[in-house]
Amino acid sequence: MQGLLRSGYGALAQGSYLLLRITDAAGARVWLAQAPVTNAAAREVSNLLQVALSAGGLRALGVTEPVMAGFAPEFLSGMAGQEGRSRRLGDVGANAPARWRWGHRRVPDVLLMLAAKTDLAGWRDRVTTAAFRQGFEILEELPTSDMGGREPFGFVDGLSQPRLDWDGARRPGTAADLDYGNLIAAGEFVLGYRNEYGLYTDRPLLDAASGGAATLPPAVDDPSRRDLGRNGTYLVLRELHQDVRRFWRFMTSAAGTEAGGVALAEALVGRHLSGEPLIPGRHRLAGLGDEPGAIGSNGFVYEDDDKDGLRCPFGAHVRRANPRTADMPGGRQGTITRAIRMLGLFNPDLRGDLIASSRFHRILRRGREFGTLLTPQQAARSDVPDPQAGLHFVCLNANISRQFEFIQNAWLASAKFGGLSGESDPLTGNREPHPPGQATDGFGQPQPNGVTRRLSSLPQFVTVAGGGYFFLPGLRALRYLAGSTKDAS
Amino acid sequence: MTPQSNFMVAVPVLPEREPELRALLATMNLRPGVVDPENALFPFGHFDALHVARFVILRDETAADLPEGDSLRQAPAWLAFLGDCDGDSDALLTRFAAIAGDGLRRIFSHCAEYAGDADLPGWLRAHSVSPAACYVNWIGRTVPQIREEAALHQALKACLARESGFPAGEAPLTVRDRLIAYQRENGPALTPLSPTPPKWRRRELLNRFGVPLALVLLAPLVLLYAPLFFWLLRRRETTDPVITPPPTPAHVDALSRIEDHDVTNQFSAFGSLKPGWFRLSTIRFIFWVLEFSTRQIYTRGKLARVGTIHFARWVFMDGRRRVFFASNYDGSLDSYMDDFINKAAFGLNLVFSNGMGYPRTRFLLSGGAAIEQQFKNWLRRRQLPTEVWYKAYPGLTAADLARNTMIREGLDAAAMTEDAARRWLALI
Repeated sequence: MQGLLRSGYGALAQGSYLLLRITDAAGARVWLAQAPVTNAAAREVSNLLQVALSAGGLRALGVTEPVMAGFAPEFLSGMAGQEGRSRRLGDVGANAPARWRWGHRRVPDVLLMLAAKTDLAGWRDRVTTAAFRQGFEILEELPTSDMGGREPFGFVDGLSQPRLDWDGARRPGTAADLDYGNLIAAGEFVLGYRNEYGLYTDRPLLDAASGGAATLPPAVDDPSRRDLGRNGTYLVLRELHQDVRRFWRFMTSAAGTEAGGVALAEALVGRHLSGEPLIPGRHRLAGLGDEPGAIGSNGFVYEDDDKDGLRCPFGAHVRRANPRTADMPGGRQGTITRAIRMLGLFNPDLRGDLIASSRFHRILRRGREFGTLLTPQQAARSDVPDPQAGLHFVCLNANISRQFEFIQNAWLASAKFGGLSGESDPLTGNREPHPPGQATDGFGQPQPNGVTRRLSSLPQFVTVAGGGYFFLPGLRALRYLAGSTKDAS
Repeated sequence: MTPQSNFMVAVPVLPEREPELRALLATMNLRPGVVDPENALFPFGHFDALHVARFVILRDETAADLPEGDSLRQAPAWLAFLGDCDGDSDALLTRFAAIAGDGLRRIFSHCAEYAGDADLPGWLRAHSVSPAACYVNWIGRTVPQIREEAALHQALKACLARESGFPAGEAPLTVRDRLIAYQRENGPALTPLSPTPPKWRRRELLNRFGVPLALVLLAPLVLLYAPLFFWLLRRRETTDPVITPPPTPAHVDALSRIEDHDVTNQFSAFGSLKPGWFRLSTIRFIFWVLEFSTRQIYTRGKLARVGTIHFARWVFMDGRRRVFFASNYDGSLDSYMDDFINKAAFGLNLVFSNGMGYPRTRFLLSGGAAIEQQFKNWLRRRQLPTEVWYKAYPGLTAADLARNTMIREGLDAAAMTEDAARRWLALI
């Protein structure tokens, strides 16, 4: 499989994304067949190449419609393919696809991810060979910059990632899932493995007799057929522009002081600038490991540690993006209590059970930043030039609609997340009233006496400037798509 | 309190006039999926008692899944006009005819069995269909009450936002007293709840004890039937066809276009039951128990663990061979389905596994909806685009309504502990 499933390759600090259009299918296949794609098994990687294809790209390579029909409907439709989808993702107003730089009218066929330890330009030249130019043209190049683990607003990022249960050590859906855990079935992130329902997510399965399919692995759940999805996954890419100066100027002016501005920004994000959680971690959660660092930065559960949102506000970005809910509120309990709770009896708490089980809605984040990093102090000054910074958000998931789209829609963009009203994600929200006349630009911070302190008229800090859904094939699937029958391990 | 009731008028559409009818219904929308509450045909907004209402053309799009030669493969279309309202729905139908008679006549003139200038309220009643089971999120909470409580929430929220008046750290009871004083002087009016009709109260009391008593009396028979029932059930569960291809992209597009314009969505689904007496008797018994639970147990905010449904109903159609399911739920369809699968799959299975092509269940409870993607395909394929949909309180979810009611109840409460006052303040 491609290495991105194993690692974000942060040590390869130089990175760039190429968005390609296929100009000649035969030429494209020739290049793909010998492209030096990084295998997850490779150790000591100093240059990285990963290849993903959009639905249009697969079609351009000659994948037939019956095979295409096996891919997920949202992948086939595309991130900007339906007005309804754009509404759900919050891609309206300033985020509307009609305003995107790419992904709406200019839809890439192929995404190449390049990264290198020291010489990205040299690696790029070695990848984009003469054969490459026979098959592709570069639609857009998205440069990235190394911000040392921080995102452009200055927060240490990427701290909470699910751990993949590669060996199937955990059986999903048992009483153990009454506790929140971080060990997630591999099939949530890779096609061809069991997911959190204990099932195999739909993907294209081919007749072994069909051309080239014999090189594909047999489907685990249907050995008579060949699995085009196995070891592959869906990749979501969004180009997010962050208005760093507006962010820090707003925080400083809303709080009155520079230090107050930092504290406010930390409440909005739900972590300190250093990445430390607002709730000190103290639990050994499944899949977190025993390391004190891991427990300190992720060993917390909101229901147990901050039920009233006094430390981390209910609407804070990280609390929305992963609410850390178990299958049912109330933790482990006896069979009878469990049955009573399942029937919803004797439970007058209306808000406690509004948020869905988190384990069905996790993603692997693999994004990289772009632009210049400013400190909060620099950013708040009036004379500093725009650092043109942002995030190329990348995530991997086996079911785009149940994972990326659910998180983006029901948790981040929703003005009704967890029973809140009048506020959407304080960091990434588009601030568009929804429905017309109803504000979504507030932010509430519960206080110990019960009163919620509210900010209103938050400006838009993050704007979507492009995006797309891609299929990140396994290596054998990539060879199949390239029309080569050469075996890959 | 004033309990809600519901209405549904369903009439076969004249096949040659169906396109014209769809075009006419579309004129009631400002744009696809967004109704004009003051539209010329049926001004929903004029009726203060109306919570939600819709016009939908019902056609069994999956009739071809039925066995060859089955007469149900012929699927005619019905126009259904349904809604949920405060108080007596019969009286409301009469008001509909009085205020929007012309529009309704124009709409129903596209249907068979419509005689023109006949007595419209009588005609509507004659073509009404009662649900086999229905669900009301909060029994007795009226539209005016919902609106007043929403205004109350906004007013108290605005009052608290004037931060200088409420220094951080002020004791919860003190803050509460000041909010009460503010409400008394400047807050929106709150109409006292009207008395509960004694007739309704008696009927519900009879139901509360009658149904369990009937169950106890039936218990010996049920026990005798149980072995046979499970034998018959398992035989069917292992052989019934499972038909779950994904919906076509065009179908998904048509549904998606009209969804997510509000925080609440409509859902209309229509399909055939599995043929035979066994499934029909099973589902009728389940509806009976379900109806009891929604009348007596799930009456304030939640259906089992699910707190996002405003109103829902199941209706037998076509001589009890097909079922229409309608609901009004918060959030997008995918999160609605996820919520149900993860919180109440057993409930979905009990009812829907009697429908043609449903994913395989075990003992009526497990499997089925837990086979996530098959279930989602199955449900989405049966979903129909709702032509026109109205909700009296855009922007408010069931959780909002519950919170607002709790705020009002807390405001009215005579005394409160410091801790209760803190929890009450946290609602605002």
